[in-house]
Amino acid sequence: MITKRIIPCLDVRNGRVVKGVNFAGLKDVDSPVELAEYYGRSGADEIVFYDITASAEGRSIFTDILKEAASKIFIPLTVGGGINTLSDFDTVLKCGADKVSVNSGAIRNPRLISEAAGKYGSQCVVISADVRRVNGTFTVFSKGGRENTGMEAVEWIKRCVSMGAGEVVVNSMDTDGVKGGFDTELLERVCGAVNVPVIASGGAGCAEDFVRLFKELPDVDAGLAASVFHFGEIKINELKMLLSASGINVRIDKK
Amino acid sequence: MLAIIDYGAGNLFSLSSSLRYIGVQNEITSDPCVISRADRLILPGVGAFGDAAASLIKTGLCPVLRREASEGKPILGICLGMQMLFDKSSEGGEHEGLSFIPGNVVGIPDTGLKIPHIGWNALIFNEKRPKSAIYKYVNNGEHVYFVHSFYASCDECYVSAYTEYGALITASSESKNVYGTQYHPEKSGETGLDILRAFCEI
Repeated sequence: MITKRIIPCLDVRNGRVVKGVNFAGLKDVDSPVELAEYYGRSGADEIVFYDITASAEGRSIFTDILKEAASKIFIPLTVGGGINTLSDFDTVLKCGADKVSVNSGAIRNPRLISEAAGKYGSQCVVISADVRRVNGTFTVFSKGGRENTGMEAVEWIKRCVSMGAGEVVVNSMDTDGVKGGFDTELLERVCGAVNVPVIASGGAGCAEDFVRLFKELPDVDAGLAASVFHFGEIKINELKMLLSASGINVRIDKK
Repeated sequence: MLAIIDYGAGNLFSLSSSLRYIGVQNEITSDPCVISRADRLILPGVGAFGDAAASLIKTGLCPVLRREASEGKPILGICLGMQMLFDKSSEGGEHEGLSFIPGNVVGIPDTGLKIPHIGWNALIFNEKRPKSAIYKYVNNGEHVYFVHSFYASCDECYVSAYTEYGALITASSESKNVYGTQYHPEKSGETGLDILRAFCEI
């Protein structure tokens, strides 16, 4: 039986992880490669690198980091941030990414999804959507959550999947940072609308939030989080033990 | 030296890195001389069967692979590379494979689960045959990483391990010196590295 995946996300700016990380055994680590190795050893099922660099110079540092990570960590790597063209796909895939996550780039040019899926396969194309309730309607935001697109979220996600996106990351801006649990109302709607893997993001505050997520919504395939992992509030190996003890099928790494 | 067959299908960076990581010298190549000199071969692959098979034919390497296989050199096909070891595939029309292992590549049976099958799933060893040499360092039930919509349907005597996704599907297969994994050992953490390590000791 397929397992539920736990995915830490690293925001990288100019080659360093944003928000210096501090947790037991690893002090103030801000090297994305070291952190990714740590997560790899702790039982992460996949790692997301999100590049929030603006400059071209920072971009080339990012691809160097990606290459280094991909030569040391042998679990799937997803890359997102600033993916606007097929050539952006090509660049990160050649550096060892397995999947590429698109967000604003697909909002500006939805054909990016179908072109990328045609060239690299749907399994490679992840649509990531930042969603917030506006007057009771789930609405998609672009540019890192700064701009209201006016598009209804579930319709947008369905459209992306019909164009070839092979996986969906649903990031709820309403629950993000609140640490009160995932946005199950939004996730349930998305799961009911598409038949590709759905990754829940935004809102994890404690390990029990993941248990609730997978218990309440068995159709959700993975849970993604950033700071709760970086700050050691949730340790991935302990989280997996808890999930397993709660009857949720997860991968327990052999080491 | 291990040769990774390069026929323009997909990204070989991770595969080459994972082999280097476990100390196996490897070369990404489409040169028949290098392939003949290598002590073992890996046939990788991602994407659609028809396109990949056409690219492989275009390189002119099929007769080379056929000769190496019949001479007993260990060959490992990964993901689509494994599917191409079989007789044919019905992905987007009918396409011929290399026929190193008898069987056909067909769609994963629709049991209401999401297709493609993406994620970590458990190996279920085929107990009707001795444990495969590629699982020398791996136990029944360890998880490996899958990404696929089609699978190899073949006689159980060629299946070294299954995985359960609504139905039992072939996770790995073998016939004599020819091995195949539907999953990606280079993306399957320590378990995957152990599988590559064992293949390199055959």
